Amino acid sequence: MDHDRRDALRRGGGLTLLTLVAAAGWLPRGAAAETWNKDAFSTKSLDETMKALRGSAPVASKDIVFFSTPDIAENGAVVPIGITSNVPKTESIAILVEKNPNMLSAVFDVPAGTEPSLSTRIKMGQTSNVYALVKADGKYFVNSKEIKVTLGGCGG
Amino acid sequence: MADPMKIRANVVGDSTEVKVLMSHEMETGQRKDAQGKVIPAWFIQNVRVVHNDKVVLAAQWGPSVAKNPFLSFKFKGGAKGDKIRITWVDNHNDTRTDEATIA
Repeated sequence: MDHDRRDALRRGGGLTLLTLVAAAGWLPRGAAAETWNKDAFSTKSLDETMKALRGSAPVASKDIVFFSTPDIAENGAVVPIGITSNVPKTESIAILVEKNPNMLSAVFDVPAGTEPSLSTRIKMGQTSNVYALVKADGKYFVNSKEIKVTLGGCGG
Repeated sequence: MADPMKIRANVVGDSTEVKVLMSHEMETGQRKDAQGKVIPAWFIQNVRVVHNDKVVLAAQWGPSVAKNPFLSFKFKGGAKGDKIRITWVDNHNDTRTDEATIA
C-alpha cells in the first residue's frame, strides 16, 4: 500500500518535471529547426498556394508524370499517388488536391542525388483534380490528373 | 510515444530504394465525433530522411496525407550496411526517429 503510493508519487513527480521542461522548451529537439508553411497549407486555390509559396504561376508540363495513381479511387481515405518529375533540376515536388478543404497535401524537397520520383498516399474528400507541382531551377511546373472518388475520405 | 516506423531500404542498381510506413492517426480536423464536436487536427508536419548526415528527403505534410502514412523514394548512393535515419514531427510537437540498415 505504502509502496504503491510512493511509486505513484515518484512517477507523478517525474512526469511533472518532464512536462515543465518540455513546456519551457528546454527539451532538446533535433528537429527544432523544422519549418512548416502554415499559409501554404491553408490555401483553397492554386493561385493562393503559389502566393504562399512565393512562386510564379506554374507552367503546364508533360514532363511531370503520374505513376501507380488510380483513375478511380474506391476509398478516398487512402489514394496512392506516385509522381515522377523529368524536369531538369527538380528541387521540390508538391501534391495538391483541388477540392479538398485545404488544397496542399504535401511538399517534398528533393536534394541533388535523390531521384525526383516518389510515391505516397493521400486523402481525398471527393472526385477532384490532383496537381503535381514541381519547382525546378526556381520555376514552377504543373501537371494534373482527375481522380474519381467513390467514397470520400475527409469525414462525413 | 507513437509506434515505430516500418522502414525498408534496399540497394537497387546504383540507388537505394526507401519505403516507410509510419504509424500515425493523421486526424484532419474536419471530422466530428458522435457528439458533433470537431475532432482536433493531429498530423505529421515534417519528415526528414538522413543518410550519412546528409538529408536525402525532407517533406512538409498537411492533414490530408493518409492515415498511417506511406512514403517511397530512391536516392543515389548508399551501400549495404549503411544506416538511414527517419524523423517525423507532428503538430503536437511529438516526434519519433527510427533507424534502418540498408540491405
